[in-house]
Amino acid sequence: MSVKDYIRERFFPHMWCPGCGHGVVLNAMIRAVESLGMSKNEIVMVSGIGCSARISGYVDFHSMHTIHGRALAFATGIKMSRPELNVIVPMGDGDALAIGGNHFLHAARRNIEMTAIVMNNRIYGMTGGQFSPLSGYAAAASTAPYGNIDHGFDIAKLSEAAGATFVARTTTYHVHELSRLIRDAILHEGFSVLEVLTQCPTYFGRYNRAGDAPEMMETYKNRTVAVGSEKKNQDPDLIERGVFVKKELPEYCREYEKVIEKNQQKQT
Amino acid sequence: MQGKVKFIQGNEVCVEAALYAGLEFFAGYPITPSTEIAEAMSARLPQIGGRFLQMEDEISSICAIIGASLTGRKAMTATSGPGFSLMQEALGYAVMTEIPCVIVDVQRGGPSTGLPTHVGQGDVNQARYGTHGDHAIVALTASNHQDMFAITVEAFNIAETFRTPVILLFDEVTGHMREKVVIPEKGEISLVERLRTSVESGVDYHPYLPREDGRLPMSDFGGVHRYNVTGLYHDMWGFPSDDPKIVYGLIRHLMDKIQNYTGNMTFFRQDHIEDAHTVLVSYGAAARSARHLVENRRKRGERLGLLELQTLWPFPGDVVRKVCKNADYIVVVELNTGQVIREVKLAVDRPERVYLANRIDGQLISPTDIQNILRLLHGKGV
Amino acid sequence: MEKCRLVFSGSGGQGIITAAILLAEAAVLHEGLNAVQSQSYGAQARGGAARSDVIIWDKPVYYPKVVQPNVLVCLTQTAYNKYHPTIRPGGLLITDTALVKVDKSAEARLAQLAFQDQVKQEMGNTRGLNICVLGAVAALTQIVSTPSLESAVAGRFDERFREANLKALHMGIALGSQRSSASV
Repeated sequence: MSVKDYIRERFFPHMWCPGCGHGVVLNAMIRAVESLGMSKNEIVMVSGIGCSARISGYVDFHSMHTIHGRALAFATGIKMSRPELNVIVPMGDGDALAIGGNHFLHAARRNIEMTAIVMNNRIYGMTGGQFSPLSGYAAAASTAPYGNIDHGFDIAKLSEAAGATFVARTTTYHVHELSRLIRDAILHEGFSVLEVLTQCPTYFGRYNRAGDAPEMMETYKNRTVAVGSEKKNQDPDLIERGVFVKKELPEYCREYEKVIEKNQQKQT
Repeated sequence: MQGKVKFIQGNEVCVEAALYAGLEFFAGYPITPSTEIAEAMSARLPQIGGRFLQMEDEISSICAIIGASLTGRKAMTATSGPGFSLMQEALGYAVMTEIPCVIVDVQRGGPSTGLPTHVGQGDVNQARYGTHGDHAIVALTASNHQDMFAITVEAFNIAETFRTPVILLFDEVTGHMREKVVIPEKGEISLVERLRTSVESGVDYHPYLPREDGRLPMSDFGGVHRYNVTGLYHDMWGFPSDDPKIVYGLIRHLMDKIQNYTGNMTFFRQDHIEDAHTVLVSYGAAARSARHLVENRRKRGERLGLLELQTLWPFPGDVVRKVCKNADYIVVVELNTGQVIREVKLAVDRPERVYLANRIDGQLISPTDIQNILRLLHGKGV
Repeated sequence: MEKCRLVFSGSGGQGIITAAILLAEAAVLHEGLNAVQSQSYGAQARGGAARSDVIIWDKPVYYPKVVQPNVLVCLTQTAYNKYHPTIRPGGLLITDTALVKVDKSAEARLAQLAFQDQVKQEMGNTRGLNICVLGAVAALTQIVSTPSLESAVAGRFDERFREANLKALHMGIALGSQRSSASV
């Protein structure tokens, strides 16, 4: 199949701003799915609210566009009900870690098999550029006109601490790596988190004088390094890319299947 | 009625009835006085190959059941007032996306944390108006275990027939009380199964195109038809739209599919209405006290009657108007500052006949409490 | 039959709610009667005040609470102080000699029985106290038969505890029968 077979062409052009990184994530995701040879019928995409959440409408999978922050909770119901489905949950940074932070932690803790893709543009784009829990200290935003005093999360560390069994990070500049990591995340048998640094030139870039989209991607190229690289020791502000966690632990749905196997028939 | 006799709590009756109705999926979060429902579900569901999830809060609980229902399983959650408040946004999502599910609210005293271990009926209006935006909703209740069983099964039937969330408004008294219940044999109460589309794989399926009778055949998520589901206004494919024609058509459909079928989902009991000069209108735990009084006073020849409502929303105004037609006094008995009474006043002719008999202190109103109010009303003094 | 209204009162952890449930269950499942059991309780699982109401009748029971009990069981002084004025004239007050000092007059029959002492003496601990009380209530009121109670108790506890609880039940039935044959 070609890339076009995975999208709902009649709903294009998409609604994202020129230069937005989300389209790159969409592209890489489709390539990952294509390379896995998965049937469109076995993929469910559940999203919340925000620019990132609109990705679910453009793909020709089973797609559920839910409410702000709760995508993982809906996805948990779907996955527990039909464990044979592959569940992918694209979220924005605010969607996943502000309003949806608690669901994020608990989905990771349960180690339920699904792929959480956090499209981190460090801003609330849909509502016009307010700071998010990933904007970081001193960032400018429409609700931080004097500079942000909130500190940001480290999504990778947070995910690991919460119990995610696959944790990785990359950027929209590193498109091949992005596609490969999405593929690895989908294949992982457990809760997998992939953080994708994705540019929002319209708000984050403009407010923070980070330049236009190519300049922001240039920054991803220059200010990130492969995990374990020596460069990080010399320049601790560099952001690491790659796989941080990959381990095998009992998966939630399979554990529940065991509960059913043991207790079925024992009707009172 | 044939079947197995049990002596169990109302909350357990609700569990047995849900399983009878074909429930396969439950997600919930512990909260008094509904917790026994989650506990019983955690034990019973794996036994039948169903699934129980204890979620991190009530928000995720309702989200999980909506997700599970979309894949084709009958699903339910249970909570009490504070948790029901948290569920309101997702409840609206279920209304908008037309995903069947059942939400049990075992009411306690509110507002806020209120009275966790004491009874109240203060969530009647929340059930109707809790989620934002115009919408229609179904809320049912019952006062005894046998009715609780039947009404819980009915909740699933309505949810499936009309593709809507249905709220079961029980309360601390009926939820925790134990009394006899006969679990009906299979087939004794008819069940509505989900209407699934007959559109074959490869043929264009329109998930949000109602049939002529207003019903929307579903395709299990993860099955042969891939479609979009969204809480935004959407077209027949489920794709977002703000086209005024589409927006108007959808909101009209969401309202009409419930309001035009009020008669199909109206459940009530009436006792001694024919010659009653005073009709008590009540529901849930309060109706037990009202019935106690009516039965006792009838023996002494007093012309008291009872209308026990089991459907609270859509409000069965026609039934209330007819039943109360000849009464001199209409006394609404409820455990709040007056929620159903407003609907009763709107429904009846000469609303000046309508009075409230209530308690709002966490205690079940007693037959004596009601009797004292009636004596005052009838000009007899206490 | 007369409508029988019972109140079991004491503190959380004594098992009085279980005793109330078993009495009502015996009436419904094994005697074909109607019964409604309800309880009121606070936030504490242990040590707080506990009360359970049971109404047993051969006709439908609607209002589930007991205002004036025919039978009042008090297993703490606090419960006795709080509830003794509610007893129905001519009713029956059942207390434990070691736990409650009966110091108020009431127009009721009085059964002060040594449940706790006897259970401790014969079983080494007080875990069977509630079931012992249940046996006495049944013997004194004759509201349910011994076989019905035995079935209810046997059905409630798994094998490890079944024998001990049946023993406690019969201890209570004996205590109650002695009392009931004495003039009360």
